[in-house]
Amino acid sequence: MYGQGFFYQAFVYLSAAVVAVPIAKRLGLGSVLGYLLAGMVIGPFGLGLIGEEGQDVMHFAEFGVVMMLFVIGLELRPRLLWRMRGPILGVGGLQVGLTTLVLGGVGMAVGLPWQTALAIGMTLALSSTAIVLQTLNEKGLMQTDGGQSAFAVLLFQDIAVIPILALMPLLAVSGSGMDEAAHATGGYGTDAAVQASTWVEGLPAWEQTLLVLLAVGSIVIGGRYLMRPVFRMIARTRLRELFTATALLLVIGIALLMTQVGLSPALGTFVAGVVLANSEYRHELESEIDPFKGLLLAVFFIAVGASVDFQLIQTEPQLILGIVAGLMVVKFAVLFSLGHGFKMGLDQNFLFAFALSQSGEFAFVLFSFATQNRVIPEDITAPLIAAVAVSMALTPVLMLVNEKLIQPRFGTRESTERRPDDIHSESAVIIAGFGRFGSIVGRFLRANGIQPTVLEYNSDRVELLRKLGLEVYYGDASRKDLLEAAGAERARLLVIALEEHERALSIVDTVQKHFPHLTILARAAGRPEAYELLDRGVEHVYRETLDTSLRTGVDVLRLLGRRAYTGHRSARLFRRHDEESVRDLGKMRHDRKAYFSEARERIKSLEELLLTEVDGPAEERDAGWDTESLHEEFGKPTS
Amino acid sequence: MQPVLILFAHPALHKSRVNRVLIEGVRDLPGVTFHDLYESYPEFDIDVRREQRLLLDHEIIVFQHPFFWYSTPAILKEWQDLVLEHGWAYGHEGTALRGKTFLNAITTGGSEVAYQREGYNRFTIQELLAPLEQTARLCGMEVLPPFVAHGTHRMSEEEIGRHAREWRRIVEALRDERLDLKAARSQTRLNASPDAVIREGGP
Repeated sequence: MYGQGFFYQAFVYLSAAVVAVPIAKRLGLGSVLGYLLAGMVIGPFGLGLIGEEGQDVMHFAEFGVVMMLFVIGLELRPRLLWRMRGPILGVGGLQVGLTTLVLGGVGMAVGLPWQTALAIGMTLALSSTAIVLQTLNEKGLMQTDGGQSAFAVLLFQDIAVIPILALMPLLAVSGSGMDEAAHATGGYGTDAAVQASTWVEGLPAWEQTLLVLLAVGSIVIGGRYLMRPVFRMIARTRLRELFTATALLLVIGIALLMTQVGLSPALGTFVAGVVLANSEYRHELESEIDPFKGLLLAVFFIAVGASVDFQLIQTEPQLILGIVAGLMVVKFAVLFSLGHGFKMGLDQNFLFAFALSQSGEFAFVLFSFATQNRVIPEDITAPLIAAVAVSMALTPVLMLVNEKLIQPRFGTRESTERRPDDIHSESAVIIAGFGRFGSIVGRFLRANGIQPTVLEYNSDRVELLRKLGLEVYYGDASRKDLLEAAGAERARLLVIALEEHERALSIVDTVQKHFPHLTILARAAGRPEAYELLDRGVEHVYRETLDTSLRTGVDVLRLLGRRAYTGHRSARLFRRHDEESVRDLGKMRHDRKAYFSEARERIKSLEELLLTEVDGPAEERDAGWDTESLHEEFGKPTS
Repeated sequence: MQPVLILFAHPALHKSRVNRVLIEGVRDLPGVTFHDLYESYPEFDIDVRREQRLLLDHEIIVFQHPFFWYSTPAILKEWQDLVLEHGWAYGHEGTALRGKTFLNAITTGGSEVAYQREGYNRFTIQELLAPLEQTARLCGMEVLPPFVAHGTHRMSEEEIGRHAREWRRIVEALRDERLDLKAARSQTRLNASPDAVIREGGP
């Protein structure tokens, strides 16, 4: 992994990804399938650019799954997780239980001892979190009924790994592997995270349980009370890389802690994510972790592709393909009847059942563990592992078949737009900057029942506003990833209320490039700033002092004895003309630039401005309320 | 073809049941300009020149609105005060609107029975609309009986839909000059028996 070898490997993996994924995407196959195919091509059975060490790489890259669950946790508030308890325990529990029974039954039918059959059943019952969630996310199906149910089942499976690992040694057909149980109870991701022995090793059961509870408790409490001041302190340094480092440290630290107490690190980071979902640093954390997660997952998928044992498939094609077919048919059937039993719509049920019909990365860990413990002999696990890899590779294909061939037959297909509002906090409006200007906009919107998502760069201010119960997040809104995390893809409006003009312009540029559907409403200090925004095609530009100055003017007129309504109407008219003149002069400005120096241009503009004032209101004097012409036609009143 | 201008006024459209449906049927008709006054002038800053240009460009002028206090919502009154200028709409030189056709399209909470001598409101709709009728006449316009959707408080979804279809049919007939003006004038309201006033057939 070091020196030239490391660079060579990184080069091979990255080039495979860079070549394969755009092609797969272009062909409508999705990125996951692209990575898998790339892995098969460069793997030991393809070009042979990477060898057997693919397995090690896979274990390392499984850390991407840990990060993915952290990010998913960040999007899931505790309240929502609690609401999902039904599906998690009900659908998830039944899926694992029933699939284990059926697959175990098949194992016994072909003459395996019941212990071995049970171990195989439990292992194959688990699906691939990485492939399923990545594919669902990419297709934008996470918020559908089917997507949510799939997620609930995956979550249950993550929890189920722990008792399965504990159970494995008890199933040993000959001799005992009890002592080794603790070594592998970390589930996936452990190889990279820890090589040393864990803390729980050799402790009595009740102490182990206590330690586990303590660890989870410390994540919850630490996430709630400790992380926020830490992040605030880090944010105040305004060093972005330090924030990135802290975010990574958090995830790795939790993974390490979980492994030490024998829990799944993915589960631990998921809990941490949920705890931090209410924090103001949620979006920032999400966008910091996201690239790492994406890269590691990519490497993971490539490694899975590379690990498909074509040699074994070639020597025993019927056996392997038979296992794959049997496995997927059984899993699909169980899932589909569960979906039916839980009253899922037919289209959603297809999505749900196809998504989870493979066996997942857990199988690699569990099978090697089972072999160590002499639960399953190696000559049985080898074809099973090959079958699992094939089933994983088939999943994106099946999802594609579902999407292109099966779903179009349903008129009732749930539209992805009809999202329940409370699944995520993402709202239609994002406000960038919550200072003097943005805060009034935000308060006004809230008074009208609209909850904007607020992004603010000043961490002290964020803290204060959170205390007042506002939904404010820390971050620099000119960054694409942060806007994305704040829901820019689904939002409709973006209010740029920043005081710093340059940063406002860079947000405009980012948004126009990446989120052209967003309508921008921008604050401008005065005319020069307004011109620059108008030049960029921003239609809704608000000079911050215009309305207040005019209100002052109206009050001056009133205090001088003018009628209130007259003053009010006059100000309205003035504002309309002023807005028009900004737009007209803004355009003219360009023609002039070649001829006039900056200074002369200003004078000229001001001149023109004053002239419009003189002509402007004269053209309209509410003649309908003026009796002058009536007197002329019908005679003057007698006085 | 007679271009139709619908000047629509409802200050709280989100609370409306009937008007919201009524306008759906006509707002996108070709040859019909639908002009939502409260949406265009939320601060009552009516652009008089623009309104006058619109009037000049159309032959059939409709005030569509709920019947508030036996009259129009406030912005339509403001519109009359400002747009119908002396010397433009009336007076010796005010001939801009001469020969155009004017009508109201209104919704009332009360039933038709309530708008009778012996009824709750003591006057008929046509009597109550007299100020608007006379305003239009002073500007030299022909006045047609109103379209009236009575009894909106208790109107079922079905009835609302039927009114919307009828209103659309009447607007189309006005546009395509298929409305029998003589027959129409003998009616108390245009939708009393639409079949009697509308000639079917393509434009």
